[in-house]
Formats: sequence, structure tokens, C-alpha cells
Amino acid sequence: MTRDEALFEFALRMGDTALILGHRISEWCGHAPVIEEDIALANIALDLIGQTQMWLGLAGEVEGRGRSADDLAYLRDAWDFRNLLIAERPNRDFGHTYMRQFLHDAYAVEMLGELTGSAEERVAAIAAKALKEAQYHLEKSSEIVIGLGDGTEESHARMQDALERLWPYTGEMFADDAVDETLAAESIAPKPSSLRPAWDARVNAVLGEATLTRPESGFAHLGGKTGRHTEHLGHLLAEMQWLQRAYPGATW
Amino acid sequence: MSSEWPLWEVFIRGQHGLAHRHVGSLHAPDAEMAIRHARDVYTRRNEGVSIWVVKAEDITASSPSEKGPLFEPSNSKVYRHPSFFDIPEDVGPM
Repeated sequence: MTRDEALFEFALRMGDTALILGHRISEWCGHAPVIEEDIALANIALDLIGQTQMWLGLAGEVEGRGRSADDLAYLRDAWDFRNLLIAERPNRDFGHTYMRQFLHDAYAVEMLGELTGSAEERVAAIAAKALKEAQYHLEKSSEIVIGLGDGTEESHARMQDALERLWPYTGEMFADDAVDETLAAESIAPKPSSLRPAWDARVNAVLGEATLTRPESGFAHLGGKTGRHTEHLGHLLAEMQWLQRAYPGATW
Repeated sequence: MSSEWPLWEVFIRGQHGLAHRHVGSLHAPDAEMAIRHARDVYTRRNEGVSIWVVKAEDITASSPSEKGPLFEPSNSKVYRHPSFFDIPEDVGPM
């Protein structure tokens, strides 16, 4: 695998994870429990869509076949998406949404933090911009996980349930493959496995404060990074892409 | 226990050197979340460099019915305005 082939895959992984998670969160728009949280979630979604534009823009540039960020977002099918599986998990309730967000944000902060020192300056520049947003998202999602985990009996039970449902999707964030090895050798991106100790420390601290019990299982669903997705992604894309599919080239 | 979050009044400082201005209110469970909500609701378009929040119930307001005794006596005291001094021209606008 060449450096550029690996960089293209990596940019898709970063961009698609941000895009799919951002779309998931945008599904809350108009449905959050209170208007303040509605706006907060929409803001996070917009930050993630902004990151998507940068990562998929880079992917198109590296690929060199003239595909724009929009082309990549709207004209690929499920098997061409490279997002982590956790991003496509359905929202379920508000607590579940924020548990997913927290588990993701704790990873994103470590990944983006490392990427700010990337030997590929376009990657470093995107990471520097995205990191500030990710740090805010993590503060926010940590607070909500702690508030609901250490809240009422009902909210505690829902957060523990969310944690157990999502836990098998966290291992994929730290699974290395040939793309990661190639980029690590070029000092472009860290090996995902190297991010695990910092993620563990952060997650343990927040779960402890939230009075939640970390699941012991080490089982990990894999596949998102290579295009093998759960059934949920196709439904999400149908909604996200239908306008471009029904009216090709439509603009406003 | 009330199931409603308390109301917070939000003050934003637009830029260094200016005072915080009241911009509106919102609901939040505690002060930290009120700051976050204020950030999301009132500074999305780069409006601020500093946020204050205060519980609405902690504000003591003057009563509209006391308007007369509170404010009218100062109506007739123009000599309290510093507009009777000659300002040298090279001082410029004050």
C-alpha cells in the first residue's frame, strides 16, 4: 500500500466517522428534551459536519480523481463508507446518545491531539482546528454522562444499559490494520492501539464519577473501517442522501 | 423537588474592555451547565469573550410601582448633569 492510498483511506475514516455521527446527532434537532439541549446537540452536529468537510476534502485531494467532499458524502454507498461502527449506532434515548458521544469524544480528543503533530501538514492543520471542538464536546458529554449516571435510579439504569450496549463497539477505535501501520511508519498518524491507555484512563475516571460500572468484556465488533457495516448505516444513508439521489446535481 | 430546571439570566461581554450585557435567559440544572447552555445559545456567532450567569431568583429588582418615588425626584435636577463645564477644544469629545 502506498502512502497516498493509506492517507486516502485514513481521511475517509476520519471524515466518515464525523459525518455519520454528526448526522445521527442532527436527528435530535427539534426532538431534544429541552430547547437548550436541542441547540447544544445541533451545535455539536454542525461542528462534526464541518470536520467532515475538511477530512473528505483532503480525501478527494489525495485521491486525485476530482471527487469533492460532497461527492464523497452523497454519492457513495454503504460499503464504501469507512466510519467506525459506533458512529452509526441508533440514538435510542437521550442518555444513550450522550454515552455514545462520550465514548467517541474521549477517543477523538486523543486521536486529534496526536494528529496535530502529524508529518503531513494538511492532517496537522485539520486536527488543530478540530481538536478545540472535540475538547468542548468531551467536556460537555462527560458532564452529561456524570449527571445522568450519578442521577436518579432511572437515569442511572439507562446509562448503565447504554454503556453495556455500546461497549462492544469501542474496541474498533483501537484496532490497528495495514493502513494504520503505513501511516504510523510515515509519522502521519498514530497507531490507534497507542491511544488506548489515555482513553482508558479518561473513561475510567468519568465512569467512576458517574457511578457506572465498566463492562469487563473485551469483545469488539470490527468492520466499519473496511466497509463492513451494520444494517443501520443503509437506513441512515437513505435519509441523508435521498435528495442528491432523487435530484442529481441539485444545489441551493 | 421541582422537575423544572431553574431559570438563569445570562450576561455576555462582547469584547475586552466592554462591560457584560444582559442578553437573555435560559434553563439549566446548575451553574456549570448554565454556562455551557449560554455558550451554545448566545455565542454561536462569535458574540462573546466572557459569560456570566446568575440565577434569576437571586436578582432583586426594583418594583415598577415604586417608579415615581425612585426616579422622578431626579428629573428636575439638571445641575447633576456635567454639562455646564467649558471643555477646551483640544480635549476633544468626552
